[in-house]
Amino acid sequence: MSEPTTAAQTRTLHLTVNGKSVSGVAEPRLLLSDFLRHELGLTGTHVGCEHGVCGCCTVLYNGEPVRSCLMLAVQADGANIMTVEGLANGDGSLHPIQQAFLDCHGLQCGFCTPGFLMNTYAFLKEHAAQDMTDEEIRVALAGNLCRCTGYQGIVRAVRQAAQVMQK
Amino acid sequence: MTTKLLGEPVKRLEDPRLLKGQGQYVDDIHRPGMLHGAVLRSPYAHARIKGIDVSNALALPGVHLVLSAADLGEAGGPLPLLIPHPALTEPRTQRALAVDEVRYVGEAVAFVVATNRYVAEDALELIEVDYEPLPVVSVLDTATREDAPLVHAGVERNIAAHLVQTVGDPDAAFARAAHVVKGRYRMDRGAANPMETRGIVAEWNDAEQSLTCWISTQGPIPIRNGLAMLFGLPEHKVRVMAPDVGGGFGPKIMMFYPEEILAPVASMRLKRPIKWIEDRMEHFISTNHEREQIHDIEVAFDADGRILGVRDTFLHDTGAFSPYGIITPLITATQVPNNYNVPNYRVEFTVAFTNKVPVSPYRGAGRPQGVFAMERLLDKAAAALGLDRAEIRRRNFVQPDEFPHDVGLIFQDGGPTTYDSGNYPEVQARALKMIGWDGFKSQQAEARAQGRYLGIGLANYVEGTGIGPYEGAQVRVDVRGHVYVSTAVSTQGQGHYTTFAQIAADELGVPLDRVTVTTGDSTQFRWGSGTYASRGLTVAGNAVGLAAHAVREKAAQIAADLLEVSPEDLEFEHGIVSVKGSPGRSYSLAALSVASNPLRYAYGEVPKLPPEPLPRQGPALTSGREPGLEAIRYYSPPHAAFASGCHAAIVEVDLDTGMVKILKYAVVHDCGVMVNPMVVEGQVYGGVAQGVGGMLYEKLDYDEEGQLRSGTYMDFLMPYATEVPHIETDHVETPSPLNPLGIKGAGEAGAIPTPSALASAIEDALSPLGIQVTQAPLPPDTLRAMIAEKRAPAR
Repeated sequence: MSEPTTAAQTRTLHLTVNGKSVSGVAEPRLLLSDFLRHELGLTGTHVGCEHGVCGCCTVLYNGEPVRSCLMLAVQADGANIMTVEGLANGDGSLHPIQQAFLDCHGLQCGFCTPGFLMNTYAFLKEHAAQDMTDEEIRVALAGNLCRCTGYQGIVRAVRQAAQVMQK
Repeated sequence: MTTKLLGEPVKRLEDPRLLKGQGQYVDDIHRPGMLHGAVLRSPYAHARIKGIDVSNALALPGVHLVLSAADLGEAGGPLPLLIPHPALTEPRTQRALAVDEVRYVGEAVAFVVATNRYVAEDALELIEVDYEPLPVVSVLDTATREDAPLVHAGVERNIAAHLVQTVGDPDAAFARAAHVVKGRYRMDRGAANPMETRGIVAEWNDAEQSLTCWISTQGPIPIRNGLAMLFGLPEHKVRVMAPDVGGGFGPKIMMFYPEEILAPVASMRLKRPIKWIEDRMEHFISTNHEREQIHDIEVAFDADGRILGVRDTFLHDTGAFSPYGIITPLITATQVPNNYNVPNYRVEFTVAFTNKVPVSPYRGAGRPQGVFAMERLLDKAAAALGLDRAEIRRRNFVQPDEFPHDVGLIFQDGGPTTYDSGNYPEVQARALKMIGWDGFKSQQAEARAQGRYLGIGLANYVEGTGIGPYEGAQVRVDVRGHVYVSTAVSTQGQGHYTTFAQIAADELGVPLDRVTVTTGDSTQFRWGSGTYASRGLTVAGNAVGLAAHAVREKAAQIAADLLEVSPEDLEFEHGIVSVKGSPGRSYSLAALSVASNPLRYAYGEVPKLPPEPLPRQGPALTSGREPGLEAIRYYSPPHAAFASGCHAAIVEVDLDTGMVKILKYAVVHDCGVMVNPMVVEGQVYGGVAQGVGGMLYEKLDYDEEGQLRSGTYMDFLMPYATEVPHIETDHVETPSPLNPLGIKGAGEAGAIPTPSALASAIEDALSPLGIQVTQAPLPPDTLRAMIAEKRAPAR
């Protein structure tokens, strides 16, 4: 991200992202999504609508899924953020949720995928989805839009991930 | 024997990268010194521009450049008309920036470049444009009236094109008909809305006098050609790449969108990379729409319900300009006969300008409209003739032994509309079985007794796919035995990195993970036309097959010479070429790649090849041979290959809310030979979801002043997982005789009949109220009002 126009207006933020302490500079009006993508270079989080409907920008904010396009970067000062880049294992192997999306053809263009992964990750921490009906899984996913898959593979992937993670 | 990959639901090679957030979409690209653009767009649907004052914007700290039309020079001329046609008598294309007049809300008026997008948007607000509002043409129904205001001066009645096409003698057919059934059907504007909006990074390199662009586009090669022509550059000095693209669905193929010129111009002026990324609100008013048509169709039947003739007259809205010619209505015109024998046919269409976003193909590209007209009418005819809706279709199918079947019209590619193969009765029969057609009436009656309104519907479609002009591919085996495939078609999620690899891997007998595919990069493959019209796998895939086969033959010849056998005695497996029955006598493809290049200076730890016998006889590279295990081949299809299918649905309508719940949805689909059934099904599912949106929710609500009132996701409702049902699929495979692999396209199929199948089911559900479904979409509030009117008609 290039230099903002009025240096006096910027803030320095300190936060934890994917387990690492980071700091960055942000004008008060800079969106969290833009801060993550362009200030920190974590381009895995995508921006689909910038008005809080599509869910492509979903990250975890202190463990909760949030729409990072509706947050200001300064609101994340001192927070613990997790993005899709924090999901895979240290050796690069896929998290069970990622593996499930791969196995079940839960992605095509991949643009909405990080948002689905983060929402699913948060959801599976709290719920035993392997026992849920398809309808209940669909409701859990009803904050993320996908234009490519028709959601068929995504619903199957969430169920598979839940089954694997239960073990 | 190696397991064959062709036809297997192989998991995708591109997925790990995308799942880890390592995709590289255009907004992920950062170039040193990059600046950011923003576009000032017209807030008026029609207005004269009396003046533009950019001085305050230029004075804002952080702003580097502000362009208006006067600053563009030759780049400010009319954008190319992509596909001329004799019937398009009044073509109009827009400029990169509007000159004297704006003709739709969203039209680009100025371009700002600043240190970041936030500052650029601040600057937009400081540009003063003096607009003089002009009368607006917003409603298609009245756009061609004598007294309608003009979108373009001199274009009488806003008519851009008019075409009549006739097959046989429709008037005679109607004269002898036992029954004539008529209907008026309309589809409103729709928009593809890929999850990634458009965007470009343009980088002019002054030292090299070269231009590099990364664009979220379906057509990088035509754009490369066009930009080279526009800026007077040799083609090899212009590089256009489609990086990862987050969905295309049609509207991302244009040459050009204004920003695809503005960003390069700005980069050339400032000698810095320029990024412009469209935001969603801009997307609604600046990325092309489609779908809007009004059909008046009548069909003549004999006493047994067999079609004698069809007459269809329709009005097509092209928006404020006609950038893509009349391809969409041409496709509609050839679509109407659908899966049926229509011996006499007259279709007349008029293309009208309106003060709305321009129109170019969106998944289906005119086919959903044509199918809607025919399939809705067949439902109406079934009721009028006392026939089951499936039966009237059965009686009219082109039969399996009637192929090739010529519709009698010229298709969008200039070739004949000839169905190559299919089995429509089998496809429909399977769909009806899957949905439970025969037993439904009793289920419906039981539900009605409980006050629930269930309905069942169906719709058939054909789809002309895999059109030319051509695509090409290069296949290359390198000295490590890795296979590289490159082709010019680009990828927006349809799995090319895997399916093209399957084709090459099968032909060369190598494991799938030893094949790397590159698409949509003009530096890797220079010739081709793009991803559209369900043609990627059919055309580029066949080119990959031909190139891989040529490489196999080269490898076989080299191995045969080394092993002193005939090429027919060899087999290719796991990257090794060996003599059948003597597995010890073999060479790896890596070794053959080395052997194919007779260099004086060997290098690397290559397998030792036998020394040549001395003295050598003749040149090291014999006449006609080229070094390397590589080949470039092109495939140019003779004409379109016709896929087909049948969708069936069971819905429940809530009379109080107007909400439609899809209880069951079945798809039977025939796209010929399937390279990867998992990928094919994924394409079908995605198309069905867009069809669900297009029938039940997605309304582009233009008011009479040409203002889009549903220009955000708050009002333009796209289906979530809760709105798209579980979709059951089955496949029939009638191979295409037209290409070596026997494949037909699959990209658009899911979207084509879905509105018609749902309309058929909704109408069936509401038949006690006598509601006819003649329009799409039917969002809940609209349907609710229709239901309320029937239950308690206003006095």
